[in-house]
Amino acid sequence: MFFDDGSPTLARMGDARPSTPAPGATTVLALDDRRAITRAATGIGAYAALFGVTFGAIAAAAHFDIAQVLVMSTLMFTGASQFAFVGILGAGGSALAGIATALLLGVRNGFYGVPVSSALRPRGLQRLVTAHFVIDETTAMLAARHDPRARRYAFWATGVILWACWSAGSLLGVLIGAAVNPTALGLDAAAPAVFLALLWPQITTRRPRAVSAGAAAVALALIPVTPAGVPVIAAAGIAVVAGLVPERHGGSAR
Amino acid sequence: MSLWIALVVVTAGSYGLKLAGVSLPERALAHPRIQRIASILPVAMLTALVVVGLFEANGRYHADGPLLAGVGASALALRWRATLPVALVVAVVVTGSLRAIL
Repeated sequence: MFFDDGSPTLARMGDARPSTPAPGATTVLALDDRRAITRAATGIGAYAALFGVTFGAIAAAAHFDIAQVLVMSTLMFTGASQFAFVGILGAGGSALAGIATALLLGVRNGFYGVPVSSALRPRGLQRLVTAHFVIDETTAMLAARHDPRARRYAFWATGVILWACWSAGSLLGVLIGAAVNPTALGLDAAAPAVFLALLWPQITTRRPRAVSAGAAAVALALIPVTPAGVPVIAAAGIAVVAGLVPERHGGSAR
Repeated sequence: MSLWIALVVVTAGSYGLKLAGVSLPERALAHPRIQRIASILPVAMLTALVVVGLFEANGRYHADGPLLAGVGASALALRWRATLPVALVVAVVVTGSLRAIL
């Protein structure tokens, strides 16, 4: 999509089919298109609510309070970084390791800004609000469409619905997490399972697979010798080294 | 560092990355090397997060049967083209059930 390495983007959740603009429908977004986008956005919202409950419960188990969880879900608003931050601090990692990991994971949101701003052209204050909603799902929903109005509607419908569901789910989760034992329920399996599910569509070609294997080896080797969080940051170094090596022509497809 | 300070820093930093993306001129992010690193960065970090989540506890190697079985089951589900919510539910249900039984 917007990364040229041929790998599917991180953001593949939701309806990724491109909608063909109906002839003559360039001035007003057709009601059918609007409905289809709203339906897809609602589906993403449902998953975000479930995911949010899990996040809230895990954060509660890691001794984050309601206010802290709400600040993360409403203002930080980037799921994988939130899970990583809470996981590293919950495992006794330093605040610095948690911040570094969360921000390195958030770098991709910066790159999503390219397709988003070229489609929406936000100006002034609008730019400040738009930036908050630039995440995996909103970018994928926007990039899957071609008609400018459909793109705009897809971005905002997904952003607002997902934000509301994610925040509400997180609140519910932190309340549940305070009342039950998340480990007994198996909720500690949620974070690795989500990371695995986000990783899965990205390791379909040779190069990402090699990077993934290298990162696994580095992280595994560092577990007993470094503080919590450091193995994950060190693994990022593998990506930097791999990225510096130019791609052989057509090499990633094999 | 207090938790609240860390939270403010990480929240501001996360927003700053998003704002930079919609504010920087397109060509600033378009360099092939930068693009390659950015696209591969989540692969390395997500892998490491999975590895650490499965094999680390309190700075040591640690393996928990039900947890490995649960995440293993979600990997199988993903192989059979399960979506993210399905993979999540499979992992939690398998891990929780095994803990209840064992």
